[in-house]
Amino acid sequence: MSAATSTPSGSATAGRTLPLSEGSLLQRLLRGAITPGGAVFILLAVLFVAVVWVNPSFGEPPQLIRFIGRTAPIAIAAMGQYYVIVSGEFDLSMGAVIATQVVIAGNYIGQDESRVLPALALMLLIGAAVGVVNGLATTLLRVPSFIVTLGTMLALGGLVRYLTGGAATGNPVDSFRQIGRGGIEDVPVLDVLPYPVIILAVVAVASVLLMRSPFGRTLIAAGDNPDAAGLAGAHVWWVKTRAFMLSSLSATVAGILLVGYAGVHPSVGSGYEFQAITAVVLGGVVLGGGRGWVLSAAAGAFALELLFSFLNFQEVESTWRPTVQGLIIILAVAAGARAWSYGRRPSRTAESAPPAAPAASPTPARPGTETGEN
Amino acid sequence: MRRQIHRAPIAVATALLLGVFATACSTEDPTDGGTGSDETTESSESPDASESPTEEVEWFDQAVYDEQFDQRSATFEGDSETPYLQYIDGEMTDTSEFKSDGAKKACFANASISNPWRQTGWITMNQQLKALQDDGVISEMETRDAGDDDNTQIADIDYFISEGNCDAFIISPNSTAAMTDAVERACETGKPVVVFDRGVQTDCATSFIHPIGGFAWGIDTAEFLIDNLEEGDKVVALRILPGVDVLEQRWAGAEKLFEENGIEAVDYFTGADPTEIKKIVTDELAKGDVQGIWMDAGDGAVAAIEAFEDAGADYPVMTGEDEMTFLRKWEETGLTGLAPVYSNFQWRTPLLALEKIFAGEEVPKEWVLPQTPITEDERADFLEANDGMPDGHYAKFGGEDLPGYPEVWQERQIP
Repeated sequence: MSAATSTPSGSATAGRTLPLSEGSLLQRLLRGAITPGGAVFILLAVLFVAVVWVNPSFGEPPQLIRFIGRTAPIAIAAMGQYYVIVSGEFDLSMGAVIATQVVIAGNYIGQDESRVLPALALMLLIGAAVGVVNGLATTLLRVPSFIVTLGTMLALGGLVRYLTGGAATGNPVDSFRQIGRGGIEDVPVLDVLPYPVIILAVVAVASVLLMRSPFGRTLIAAGDNPDAAGLAGAHVWWVKTRAFMLSSLSATVAGILLVGYAGVHPSVGSGYEFQAITAVVLGGVVLGGGRGWVLSAAAGAFALELLFSFLNFQEVESTWRPTVQGLIIILAVAAGARAWSYGRRPSRTAESAPPAAPAASPTPARPGTETGEN
Repeated sequence: MRRQIHRAPIAVATALLLGVFATACSTEDPTDGGTGSDETTESSESPDASESPTEEVEWFDQAVYDEQFDQRSATFEGDSETPYLQYIDGEMTDTSEFKSDGAKKACFANASISNPWRQTGWITMNQQLKALQDDGVISEMETRDAGDDDNTQIADIDYFISEGNCDAFIISPNSTAAMTDAVERACETGKPVVVFDRGVQTDCATSFIHPIGGFAWGIDTAEFLIDNLEEGDKVVALRILPGVDVLEQRWAGAEKLFEENGIEAVDYFTGADPTEIKKIVTDELAKGDVQGIWMDAGDGAVAAIEAFEDAGADYPVMTGEDEMTFLRKWEETGLTGLAPVYSNFQWRTPLLALEKIFAGEEVPKEWVLPQTPITEDERADFLEANDGMPDGHYAKFGGEDLPGYPEVWQERQIP
């Protein structure tokens, strides 16, 4: 079912922005699917079928919508990571930002209802501030982002340890947790529409619009070739800094959802940076920047979570589960890379559509139509 | 610890860095990969742990299992009002050689305070220290926190031996085998050495203090679930991480009983991450009914219960721990539950042992403290007694008569 809904959303992006948009919808769909950004949707569909095969009840709408709801935090984090990766950088501080926000929510809000709104403002502010630090250190101080964000990761990790002593504090008031745990009740078919699903949808739509805006185009240009982007008049440092801010803010939103979903624990969020990067890579986004769709990153996150659920349903032995996961992820990325080489060929011949090029930013057609590739 | 928590990152890292190795591994017996590296930390409390009766359950040790099975119903010497001073009758260490007057300096090599159980105990220990300082028994306690690192703790112990100017050593080992040599070096100084919580593979210590043990936990919890479930029912076991003897023994004991009684049990490692716990339980509920939840530590119990609430499923029969968060949720939901206890009050005992040692009173060579689960009937009393305590507090912390009670525990003033 998610396959049915997600494939069109991917192809819609593809169809909208693919410069050579001749041919029937089906042809365009197929063309999109063999690009790395599109292949992840096929992977998603395969995994979905596999999960439903193992456990048919998973395909029922109420189950499915809950699955989407609980995957929302990692999908949002993946989209945040996408901005940074597509601009040619890394953000390793994501998990630490999540943990910090989770602990702040627990410590600051506590059982005081009136603090919910100030806390949300505070958390967003902290999120933005971490992004600014990461961004400015990377762009102005010219420290590699891998190191900068590793530094912020450690710094925030230490802060969390200091605040908590490494162990759980109490959960914040239930009304705050409803953001990540509750939903609109009594929805037909779905049973319940979790708030995280709504938030995910809003973030996804906003991300698509953002990537189609001048900022999005400049971001990709800056990731592809920062020098060229700078010569073309873009303020690369500011564009990249904003990408880091978006990443930290996404982590903040993910943190808010996770407090609701699971509660406060310093271990919440740790490892999210790698999960997000894995999701982005699974989504066919090129490490090093300049290429990939934002929705494919989200789809990569869903594929990862489906894989984990699949292993849960299969009752793979707990001790060697990570090995199985690792191998499947390698295979999936390898398959995606294959799709890359197939996806490139048609786009080479697409050179004849220069006017369409500017509109092509976050699409797989870019390899042929923009800088870097030729 | 972090490494165990997150499946994807490990997966990626393992796969990328050790691609070839991982491939080789995948064809092997899964249990090899999981426990092979932990061979070194094999069971402390069992010097004769070398015999592993089954190939599957390498942590299982029939002799230790039987011993702990019996100890659960053993008679404890001493007043049950002060459980932290009770012990099972056995070999005693003559401490007359240590008898001396005046306040003494204690040196404490702590494994870590990285979980709420250790934090609660650490607070209690410090208040006990204050009481003994007021009595003029202990002058000061110098503490080094190894931060869950074997090498750090070895260095800490060696520092204490060479430069600590210590009158006595208290050691809470980070792991069993790795710490054995360092503990022996401490013993060689001729000063009293008190080991507590996890054990080491030497009996040189003046006293080794611990609750009954992991198998007793496993037996108590598994028997409770078996009594309250039908044959063929499904139990999801949520475990923190592999390779720690006190935790592995809890599961080894429970798993054996589940198998023998036809309970279908499936275990997961969660790293105590509530997100993981909730996802795992949600997936299990999506697959079919789950009648029981077994935990090797109560941290994260609430997330497991919430997964049932969110899925609209009936509450499970559940064993958690005496952590307040579980006790409160247990009362609130009215589920059928049991709170096993890994007696937190043991953190008081080492300093009290030193008091006895310097007074020349004999102390048990192996000081086995009581370890009695909290049942539903007792729950209300413990909730009342610990009213106002934070969620990460442990009901059987045993510090009610110490200075600073209850504010110090309520505020979680971690020294």
